Amino acid sequence: MGPHAPPRLGWGAQPPKASRAWVGPHAGAVWRLTREDKDVAPATPAPAKTHRPSIDEDLSPDQPWQVVVWNDPINLMSYVTWVFQTLFGYGKPKAEKLMLDVHQKGRAVVSSGPRERAESDVFRLHAYGLWATMEKPS
Amino acid sequence: MSRRRDGTYRIELPEGERALLRALPGQLQSLLRSEPADPSLRRLFPPAYPVHPDNEQEYRELVGEDLLDGHLSALKLLASTADAETLDEEQLVAWMRALNQLRLVLGTRLDVDDESSGELPDPGDPDAEVRNVFIYLGWLQEQVVSALSVRGS
Repeated sequence: MGPHAPPRLGWGAQPPKASRAWVGPHAGAVWRLTREDKDVAPATPAPAKTHRPSIDEDLSPDQPWQVVVWNDPINLMSYVTWVFQTLFGYGKPKAEKLMLDVHQKGRAVVSSGPRERAESDVFRLHAYGLWATMEKPS
Repeated sequence: MSRRRDGTYRIELPEGERALLRALPGQLQSLLRSEPADPSLRRLFPPAYPVHPDNEQEYRELVGEDLLDGHLSALKLLASTADAETLDEEQLVAWMRALNQLRLVLGTRLDVDDESSGELPDPGDPDAEVRNVFIYLGWLQEQVVSALSVRGS
């Protein structure tokens, strides 16, 4: 976006479906039913805590858990790609391939490992608003 | 929205849009605190173990509060820097996360699907204003992702 770009209230070049959108003067009133805001949480998101052992622990501990990201109509494709690159250190081609798998096939396995690590990955994906679950390969 | 050589980002937005960015996060923060079970918030707290209720409960107890704190702090940062002309990378990432949260909640309320996610509202659509905000936030988030991607590509 160059320094002389016009005022922007639409999608810009892509996606092409909508070219302009208007934000009305009362657009801030989307959640009007809520109460006044109170004090807020610390500025830095806390990292995921480690997993507590439990009695219904993995039946087959050697088999890794898979972290699955599911397709959804809201998250932007570019954003999902950025999250995969940033959280997992994947190169852009791999991140884009995974994103397209999610988009076209409905889901993709984005990482795998012991339960503790998989849970930490799921948490980080949830912190970025992605629809992630974990499972044992069937 | 563009990256400077010193690694900071220049934010150019008209006042009307900045007013929206000041107002919306506080409303979602209030909703998260006062009505955490509101159905429109479900996309902010997806299940990790959809078919293992015991594991899921354990996961919730372990990270639920951290997840909520992370969501709230990103929203707080967006509202408090909505007038900024310069953001560092960490702040811009928080903007992106907050914009995504707002879109997840609005998109859930609007029940958007793959076909309707980018469409402008029909005339007379009672949700027209919310839909316009949703589309605008998506456009803005796209700009943020694009600016943040310059370094990595």
